[in-house]
Amino acid sequence: MELKTKIKAENGQQDLVITRDFDLPLELLFKAYEDPEIVAQWMGTKVLKLENKKHGSWQFETSDGKGNVVFKANGAIHEFIPNQKITRTFEMENAPFGVQLELLKFERLTDSTSRLTIHSIYESGELRDQMLKLPFAQGINMAHNRLQEIVSKLK
Amino acid sequence: MNLRRDVFQAIADPTRRAILLLVASQSLTAGAIASNFDTARPTVSKHLQILTECELLKQEQNGREIFYHINAKKMREVADFIEPFRQMWDDRFNKLETIMKAYKNQQHGTENKD
Repeated sequence: MELKTKIKAENGQQDLVITRDFDLPLELLFKAYEDPEIVAQWMGTKVLKLENKKHGSWQFETSDGKGNVVFKANGAIHEFIPNQKITRTFEMENAPFGVQLELLKFERLTDSTSRLTIHSIYESGELRDQMLKLPFAQGINMAHNRLQEIVSKLK
Repeated sequence: MNLRRDVFQAIADPTRRAILLLVASQSLTAGAIASNFDTARPTVSKHLQILTECELLKQEQNGREIFYHINAKKMREVADFIEPFRQMWDDRFNKLETIMKAYKNQQHGTENKD
């Protein structure tokens, strides 16, 4: 079956492409990237700043349940063309992944469907792979902890 | 629409992971697997069906009995590091889609009232 979200990350390259088809009209898809309150909802982060214009910048911050900041990211906006394109940089603060260039392309498929293509370019192929492995490492830890729980119950 | 059976959905469930652990050391029948759990037999059968559908388990006929054994090749896919990254974005985008559909209905709601 066709996957809704696809990732193309070729071996040895320093970029990746995320493609997703949405069951949403183009304008609504774009709004989800434009409106700070909506961005906060689906990204699960606090939006400190989101200036949707050329030479604008953005800043996100995520806290855990206890109020500790666990994730901070920021970047500059280079291009902002409603319902078409956003060009921006992305940098995770206090993390060794460098700065990425992100090119977001928004396309109308039908009146009620749309496609988002994100092309991310990293400083190097190694940095790209490290970033890709983040959720993998978290998932493995979680799976491992839960496996241990189960095994201890089986005994 | 049938649910997409991928390995990560399969191993997200603790009982299914426990089944994989059991079968990892030796091939077992459905009955032998079920005897290790307090869960009802049909529930275990459902788990076995899901694990078989996503090819983490293989069935082997031995006389009148069917044995389940682990599919090492498919298990290695779990080690593919791009898949969790893809799933993370898939989850986010699903959320985006749900939020925007609700948003659209809300807008329509206000329009109708006018």
